[in-house]
Amino acid sequence: MTEFILLLISTVLVNNFVLVQFLGLCPFMGVSSKLETAIGMSMATTFVLTLASLCSYLIEHYLLIPFDIQYLRTISFILVIAVVVQFTEMVVQKTSPSLYRLLGIFLPLITTNCAVLGVALLNIKEQHSLFESIVYGFGAAVGFSLVLILFAAMRERLVAADVPTPFKGAAIGMITAGLMSLAFMGFTGLVKFS
Amino acid sequence: MIAALITLGILALIFGAILGYSAIRFKVEADPLVEQIDAILPQTQCGQCGYPGCKPYAEAIANGDEINKCPPGGEATIKHLADLMGVEPKPLDGAHGTEDVKKVAYIREAECIGCTKCIQACPVDAIIGASKQMHTVIVDECTGCDLCVAPCPVDCIDMVPVKETPTNWQWKLAKNAGGTVGDINIKELS
Repeated sequence: MTEFILLLISTVLVNNFVLVQFLGLCPFMGVSSKLETAIGMSMATTFVLTLASLCSYLIEHYLLIPFDIQYLRTISFILVIAVVVQFTEMVVQKTSPSLYRLLGIFLPLITTNCAVLGVALLNIKEQHSLFESIVYGFGAAVGFSLVLILFAAMRERLVAADVPTPFKGAAIGMITAGLMSLAFMGFTGLVKFS
Repeated sequence: MIAALITLGILALIFGAILGYSAIRFKVEADPLVEQIDAILPQTQCGQCGYPGCKPYAEAIANGDEINKCPPGGEATIKHLADLMGVEPKPLDGAHGTEDVKKVAYIREAECIGCTKCIQACPVDAIIGASKQMHTVIVDECTGCDLCVAPCPVDCIDMVPVKETPTNWQWKLAKNAGGTVGDINIKELS
């Protein structure tokens, strides 16, 4: 049990996908201008990431390895991710049309969120078990959500802040992201994971 | 190789089935009012109302926009919309253009240089032709929206009134003081 908690903490904080491994930067910059959208996006990404890491584990171990076709890993994982994203899009459109309009193009773009494919591939590389894969995927999503929501909250304040003109908009956003990344680097060594 | 093909094929089949099922299960019903309004609008897709087409204007009306912004539809459309929405008919809003006799575009083919600019402008794909080939208008498809006239670099497009034939002839009804087409006067009938 402690192992799973350590794994969770290590993926959320120490090896944060956005700020330490620099995966999934596109939605991180793209959807963070409003807190509400950021929360919606993080919920959608959490769902997709957890489900995709589960599905990709099943596919790797019950399809690719038995038939000895691991060289098709990337394409089949992309297929899985695309299906999960499409499914999520339908559910969101049905349950919350306003959120669907807010997320807009970023919802289908979860497919190309490299964190999603990254988690699926890292699961295989680290030889995680089924439950570990789910925890890893969920942890990555929680880390992504945490950072995205924090960053969105900061950007909402930055809009009103007295920023020098050349730094206004995306520029100050990038600098803030860099400072956040530095702060997250401080977690290194928090968990000794053997 | 065969195993790979079959595996991926089956995988794709299963995913297709899941998505197909959820597309039916999570189907989003569009607002039926929008469909009804859209059916009344003339489908010229001319954009004179300020929206990018008839469907967006239908959505705007459903959300409470004015009903008198459609010059191609004219008074008849406004009247139908007023009936549907349960509001008083209003005269056409002059800011969006005036109602005109029904026209269709006509390309003077001898002058056409085949630039395809009018084809790109046409909202209903009523102009056929290819690059460096002469273009022509499919009269039955043309909605008379004028959008192809401005882009033509050699000004070879005319808007000609539709010729009256027994199939499209209508009573010339006198316009009353409000500018609305009234019903036929009792006096005229008797």
